Amino acid sequence: MTGLRAQGVYKVFGRRPNEAVRRLSAGASRDDVRQWGTAAVIDVDLDIRSGETFVVMGLSGSGKSTLIRMLNGLWRPTAGRILVGDADLTKVSPAQLRELRQRRVSMVFQHFALLPHRSVLENAAYPLEIRGVDRAERLRRAGEALELVGLGQWGGSLPSQLSGGMRQRVGLARALAADTDVLLMDEAFSALDPLIRREMQDQLLELQQSLGKTIVFITHDLNEAMYLGDRIAVMRDGRVVQVGTSEQILSEPANDYVASFVADVDRTRVLTAGSVMRRPASVVQLGGGPRLALRTMRDQQVSAAYVVDRARTLRGVVRDSVAVEAVRRGAESIEALVDEVPSVVVDTALGEIFALAAESSLPVPVTDAQGRLVGVIPRVTLLEAMVPPTTTGEHPVLNPDPSALELAAVGAPTTSPTPPGDGASASDPVGVTQTAADREARS
Amino acid sequence: MTTLLSSFAAAAPASSSDLVPRLPLGDAVENVVDWFTTTFDSLFETIRDVLVWAFDVLADVLGEPPAWAVALVLVALAFVAKGWRLAVGSAVGFAVITGVDQWDNAMDTLALVVLASLVAVVLAVPLGIWAARDDRVSRVLRPVLDFMQTMPAFVYLIPTVVIFHVGVVPGLVATVIFAMAPGVRFTELGIRQVDPEVVEAGHAFGSTDARILRQIQLPLAMPTIMAGVNQVIMLALSMVVIAGMVGANGLGRDVVSSLQRVNVALGFEAGLSVVILAMYLDRVTAALGSRSKVSRALATANA
Repeated sequence: MTGLRAQGVYKVFGRRPNEAVRRLSAGASRDDVRQWGTAAVIDVDLDIRSGETFVVMGLSGSGKSTLIRMLNGLWRPTAGRILVGDADLTKVSPAQLRELRQRRVSMVFQHFALLPHRSVLENAAYPLEIRGVDRAERLRRAGEALELVGLGQWGGSLPSQLSGGMRQRVGLARALAADTDVLLMDEAFSALDPLIRREMQDQLLELQQSLGKTIVFITHDLNEAMYLGDRIAVMRDGRVVQVGTSEQILSEPANDYVASFVADVDRTRVLTAGSVMRRPASVVQLGGGPRLALRTMRDQQVSAAYVVDRARTLRGVVRDSVAVEAVRRGAESIEALVDEVPSVVVDTALGEIFALAAESSLPVPVTDAQGRLVGVIPRVTLLEAMVPPTTTGEHPVLNPDPSALELAAVGAPTTSPTPPGDGASASDPVGVTQTAADREARS
Repeated sequence: MTTLLSSFAAAAPASSSDLVPRLPLGDAVENVVDWFTTTFDSLFETIRDVLVWAFDVLADVLGEPPAWAVALVLVALAFVAKGWRLAVGSAVGFAVITGVDQWDNAMDTLALVVLASLVAVVLAVPLGIWAARDDRVSRVLRPVLDFMQTMPAFVYLIPTVVIFHVGVVPGLVATVIFAMAPGVRFTELGIRQVDPEVVEAGHAFGSTDARILRQIQLPLAMPTIMAGVNQVIMLALSMVVIAGMVGANGLGRDVVSSLQRVNVALGFEAGLSVVILAMYLDRVTAALGSRSKVSRALATANA
């Protein structure tokens, strides 16, 4: 398998790119070097491991598309090195570069980039055709790739007869047919409807589980980045500002910029049970008696306790009322008192826990893959996790204007119902009702 | 100071023709043409022989068989290209041409147009491809094409007559020069319009430039290139009358001679035949253009 590395990579478009790079590496900003060229990518170091899904996230103009095009040599870096496996893309000959693209790196494009005059099957077979695979063989393999993405029936159609989502599946099938270790995906799902997009994301995750390719995925959508990526690089103005797992970026954003992005993330999709769970407070052994269970509940001031066996496997809960009844009866063991309780595993997304939490008065128990109790999620924790962190690692997210703080402090004792800062949010509901009324009027 | 101004004002109108000296541009061009004619005499001789031979072959193919046989083939072509309506229309048109006794002339003209268009396209498409791939070539070519297209077509006849003598060849060469420009322009435009992402996909899967041109750029540009070919043919047809002035056979000669003899009847009949031929060529080439794979693929998208 093949990893990818970028080492000190710069890409400057313009009249004097080398001069721009010299100044940038000396610490000049992107705007400082404008007169020598447009710096699209500035001093990027990445180490993309073999078999991982690596997402590069950034807004338009952040340099992510330029970066991905340097990873397969479509564009040559102005400075720095790009390594695909052990091949240095900045040193290979054009023929070697073509060979490398044919066999090791394939690509999926934002607007699909299919050949409109060829059938779906021929489109999927295109990379193999370039490689010189004979016709029968390449059509067979293209057919298999189409089968993988669920378009087995559509080989004879023209791309124009397919919907957007299906066209992008053809684009994906084409890249899979090439059977390269590395798959570059340039905003691959950005042109699709939200529903189709979710479907494609799920399909990609599913395929990746069995294929284990090195995927570099470019997106401007942090939700997508966090859903798909094993690791994420956040880019801004040509520089990589943070690299980490989605949870690292969510819980420890490197700076205000990343933090402001994180604020918009659908946390229910990104955070998992394991990342928010608490230590279970009231746990009793299956072998312990009802008296022990009651004492644990009393100490913790709760009305039920989780029951585990010797291997810490979750068996259920015992409630206070049943335990009291059992003590009165003089029962020795709580084994007969245990109620079944629904649980979730550690990598369950928070979005799937809400329903459980709503139905149950107890915290939702979390188990590992072997069914051992590792934590619980009280409802309050679940709600808390939905709120973005108010401080980053080093700086507060918002740099509050000191004068505004003073105003608020002065305003507080006067019991003013709306502090100065709330003016905007107070007017907001009006706007909402207006748009809602508009929508009604239109329909 | 005032005297200087007044003397200047007085002198200005009188010397306006001297302000810019007489530029001997015409003489220079004449000298160049003379030099060309003598230096490349054998080359021009060869070009002349080849074009005369090609024209004779084509004129024989169209003119020798009986009119109904040739007409049948042309009508069949119209049917294949577009459908029965165009076929019926063409048949009526050809009947009119035969009815006004212009069939032989029309076939000579058709041979001239087909040959001139063929040569023009063979030269224009590679030039267009080159211009699409290289901005500098495009910048140089653009004013040259403007010049070729806007220079009054008669002007080309003068040097071509000097170089190739009278007959069909000077008319042919002048027609090629005049008709080539849209072929180059449409080819360049068509290739530049190809979705850059699709071309990028070709590169990303390791295709060579030549292969990208053959498998992606040319097929995707084909509808536009065919529109250019259609324009080339139309311009070529508009030149045939002018070519008639220097002795090319065909409808053009009858138009010219009817002008000289103020013969309204002959002028109308020959002119009408040109119109019929023009409509036939336009509809058939347009239909052939819309039958390219890409056009059909795009048509299914809208269906």
